[in-house]
Amino acid sequence: MSIAPPLAPEHTVMRAELLLGRDWFAVCDHTCLTPGRGVAAILPDGSQAALFTDRSGQVYAIDNRDPVTGAYVLSRGLTGSVNGRPFVASPLLKQRYDLATGRGLDDTTAVRAYPARVR
Amino acid sequence: MTTVPKATAAAETPGPTIVLAGHGMVGQRFLEALAERGVTDRARVVVLGEEPRPAYDRVRLTSYFTGVTPDGLRLGESDFAQRHGIETRLGDPVTAVDREARTVTTRSGFTVAYDTLVLATGSYPFVPPVPGKDAEGVFVYRTIEDLLAIEAYAQRGPTSGAVIGGGLLGLEAAGALSGLGLDTHVVEFAPRLMPVQVDEGGGAALRRTVEGMGLHVHTGVGAKKIVADDAGAVTGLVLSDGSALDTGLVVFSAGIRPRDQLARDCGLEVGERGGIAVDEHCRTSDPAVYAIGECALAADGRVYGLVAPGYEMAATAADAVAEQASPARFTGADTSTKLKLLGVDVASFGDAHGTADGCLDVVWADSRAGVYKKLVVGVDGTLLGGVLVGDADAYGTLRPLTGSVPPVPPEQLVLPAGAGPTAAPGPSALPDDAVVCSCHNVTKGAIRSAVTGDGCTDVPAVKKCTKAGTGCGSCVKALTTLVGDELQASGVSTDSGLCGCFAHTRAELYEIVRVRRLASYARVLDEHGRPEARGGDGCETCKPVVASVIASLAPSIGADGYVLNGEQAALQDTNDHFLANLQRNGSYSVVPRIPGGEITPEKLIVIGEVARDFGLYTKITGGQRIDLFGAAVDQLPLIWSRLVDAGFESGHAYGKALRTVKSCVGRTWCRYGVQDSVRMAIDLELRYRGLRAPHKLKSAVSGCARECAEARGKDFGVIATASGWNLYVGGNGGAEPRHADLLTQDLSDAELIRIIDRFLMFYIRTADRLERTSAWLERIDGGLEHVRDVVVHDSLGICDELEQLMADHVAGYRDEWSATLDDPERLRRFVSFVNAPGTPDPSVRFVPERDQIKPDLNVLAGPVLPVRSLEGSTT
Ligand code: SRM
Ligand SMILES: Cc1cc2nc3c(=O)[nH]c(=O)nc-3n(C[C@H](O)[C@H](O)[C@H](O)COP(=O)(O)OP(=O)(O)OC[C@H]3O[C@@H](n4cnc5c(N)ncnc54)[C@H](O)[C@@H]3O)c2cc1C
Ligand code: SF4
Ligand code: FES
Repeated sequence: MSIAPPLAPEHTVMRAELLLGRDWFAVCDHTCLTPGRGVAAILPDGSQAALFTDRSGQVYAIDNRDPVTGAYVLSRGLTGSVNGRPFVASPLLKQRYDLATGRGLDDTTAVRAYPARVR
Repeated sequence: MTTVPKATAAAETPGPTIVLAGHGMVGQRFLEALAERGVTDRARVVVLGEEPRPAYDRVRLTSYFTGVTPDGLRLGESDFAQRHGIETRLGDPVTAVDREARTVTTRSGFTVAYDTLVLATGSYPFVPPVPGKDAEGVFVYRTIEDLLAIEAYAQRGPTSGAVIGGGLLGLEAAGALSGLGLDTHVVEFAPRLMPVQVDEGGGAALRRTVEGMGLHVHTGVGAKKIVADDAGAVTGLVLSDGSALDTGLVVFSAGIRPRDQLARDCGLEVGERGGIAVDEHCRTSDPAVYAIGECALAADGRVYGLVAPGYEMAATAADAVAEQASPARFTGADTSTKLKLLGVDVASFGDAHGTADGCLDVVWADSRAGVYKKLVVGVDGTLLGGVLVGDADAYGTLRPLTGSVPPVPPEQLVLPAGAGPTAAPGPSALPDDAVVCSCHNVTKGAIRSAVTGDGCTDVPAVKKCTKAGTGCGSCVKALTTLVGDELQASGVSTDSGLCGCFAHTRAELYEIVRVRRLASYARVLDEHGRPEARGGDGCETCKPVVASVIASLAPSIGADGYVLNGEQAALQDTNDHFLANLQRNGSYSVVPRIPGGEITPEKLIVIGEVARDFGLYTKITGGQRIDLFGAAVDQLPLIWSRLVDAGFESGHAYGKALRTVKSCVGRTWCRYGVQDSVRMAIDLELRYRGLRAPHKLKSAVSGCARECAEARGKDFGVIATASGWNLYVGGNGGAEPRHADLLTQDLSDAELIRIIDRFLMFYIRTADRLERTSAWLERIDGGLEHVRDVVVHDSLGICDELEQLMADHVAGYRDEWSATLDDPERLRRFVSFVNAPGTPDPSVRFVPERDQIKPDLNVLAGPVLPVRSLEGSTT
């Protein structure tokens, strides 16, 4: 049984990238992103980002750390939209964060948001 | 098929080109569907139309003669194309398609390359080869241009006109000629008017009414020859029986034929009797070419001459072009029609001609009033179809009831108001999933939610937001009643909707998914969500609910029961997504199923070895099984491949699904036991494993009344008696404990299982989100008595259906974990980092405690991880 996930695609069509400082950091082939579902990425400085895409194909990146529990799990939350704004709900205690700004929708906690794009 | 790049890239990479040939009703709907799916943002869309004007409402064509201007018939907002960047070329038909080069060329020589071509060329009126058919003053009745020409000619002096064809459109044309002041004849080859829609009785009633308006009806005769004067203008018509009519104007309305010439010329498959052959996605024999509307020969072998099926095809093709995860399929449509012909209501629906075996007719006729009503009823009382002439008021109520046993005897439904003991139920009595507007497929539920959810406060607002009533208009009456009802009710009622996306409850969504066979969350949201939520991304509340409903109905609605396939995967809570339970530090727990709590020493050893080899914390649960904690995402497949090899299956500890069926040791060993409780517990657990429900389901079986398995604390608990089993339902532990109530007693094995099948499916169908059976039993009208009536005495007549749903579930069950391991694609998600597969998550750490592990919460509590630098991290 093969369990090693074949992750590096040979033919890179388009990649999801996020802005670190002044440089765009390529995370993965954009086909690795499923609308409504996130992935986690490890960044060069060892921190973690969560990447998402929505139905329109727009990509978003925020910090992967759930500020309420400290666990690195935001990429595993369910996404949605309210008034046209995309959000993710933490899978642990369900607080929601705006994907574009990182702003918390349910309390005063917030997470960092990264500019993200596909190219 | 074309790939459509995502929005962000559109600026730099030109998207694919979608070319639409034909800007008619269905073409326009297709463009709207593309825009709704965001395709117009990422693709170039080019429309090539033959007519000189943009799409208009052909269904309401005749209203031109009652004062509606051509502009007033226009479909869509006037800036629609501009707003969505759609390029349109009108008055310039496509003349050739080169499938090799993927280009189309128009009459003026304009050529455009396509990635996807959509043919929506409609039909042309069939003109039989009658001598003289090319004379001046002979017309067809299809376009605004046709009407303008008829009107202009009529003003030149003819005093009488004839329409060849007494079908739906022929009568409409006849009404128009009569309205233009011409003495009008209708010539129909069949023995009655509207032979396709109405039966003999209906035809007779129709004829009387039409004649009563001063029109001349000639049935059972055809047109033999058109007579013209020296200048070539029509002067008369000779019929097949030798008789002659003086007429200065002739309109052919002898049927329509699909416009499939382009397709024929470029070698696409067409039907024997015409129509461009398409599959269930409306794709032609060339996957880059689609055909929709009246030009298409649908997958069910029919060409549809009505607009509603065309609209469904438009949505189907748009789904396919937009590469939706679970695209709609067009497998056939209802051809019910309601028209106001010459001011006469005519409606036919369902099996109007009574072709089903053993069906009976219920007829009401009043020749004086020109009223004829017939219902076709099956042997078991099911309403199969009907014909209404002269008074079609009941159509709005009857059509949605088709296929079910009406709440009142059929006789009452056709009697004129006041004549029967009770009036026919109005639209208020319709179920929420009943389609009120068939042109736009709008359900009563959608109309209601437009009022409750979108704050629509009048009929025009509801029309705008749901499109209901904007097609043929025959539903406006029902619509008005419903909007009134709802406004009245919302004065006092509060929003019982599931969440910000849906105004429906979970039970209502269940019915919508079941009846409309919607296997895709996106469709449920886009078609039944609150208006402001449509086209959006939903939310964390409704996604798992819809996923669970789809999963519990999977086999019967043609969906995939495996919860991680396609779109379904994106809807699940993280626990279902990874088929494991998320713990506080981001690690997961693993619970293999141990049916009835019975386990062999070998299997116990395997669990021990796996726990040891992966360093997992091990605990015996309150549900008679073993939980292994502390697994990283990446380890889950490795752990499960060991467990699956040893014969374990998923325990669904992560799902809103059956958890455990606990057992006591029972008669086999226990001196008091009266039945084999272990065997029954195992049977039940294996039967209901994997069943998705509004909340988790727990069960237990005790071998005697001492109740060592605590069955009365369970959603369904079974206690052995000397002669069989007693079934208790609605028990709960947890925060608000409740003892289960006795539902029925002394059942045989088979009876027990049958009643539990029904009970569970009835609960799944009617419970709210996260409502355990205990709360559900307390809430529903009639409580335990009602549930007993339904599942034991079959008071609703739905038990067969409930049993069938369970049989489908049992037959379709597959272990989710072995299915996952078998598929490399599915395994791809089990990584900590998408850009560094194989790298473990440094934040998942453990410290020792009592010879096992526990999460190291210091790692999480600290401001940052040791491996991370401070800049550029969290806010
Ligand atoms: C592991 C276990 C405790 C144990 O170590 O024994 C456990 C663990 C959890 N229980 Fe439980 N319950 C466990 C037996 C029970 C029982 C006893 C039983 O089933 O006989 C009950 C009371 C009986 C009942 O449900 O009616 C029980 C009542 C609850 C409740 C309250 C339910 C209620 O209706 O009030 C919750 C919360 C919920 O589901 O909303 C809950 C929720 C949970 C969750 C899923 C909390 C969560 O969302 O993370 C825990 C997850 C454990 C994990 O990650 O694996 N657990 N939980 C038991 C697993 C049984 C199994 O083999 O599947
Ligand atoms: C008087 C009348 C009353 C009707 N009443 C009803 C009713 O009550 N209920 C109902 O359901 N239906 C009714 N219909 C039928 C309904 O109008 C059609 O089902 C519907 O218009 C079909 O849509 P379509 O887009 O497939 O075809 P159309 O609306 O005919 O559009 C096809 C378009 O394609 C154009 N075209 C054709 N060939 C080419 C080419 N090579 N290049 C570019 N363009 C091309 C045509 O000129 C036309 O504009 C009625 C029709 C008529 C005429
Ligand atoms: S319930 Fe009865 S039969 Fe079962 S173990 Fe307890 S005492 Fe024995
Ligand atoms: S049924 Fe035709 S507009 Fe509603």
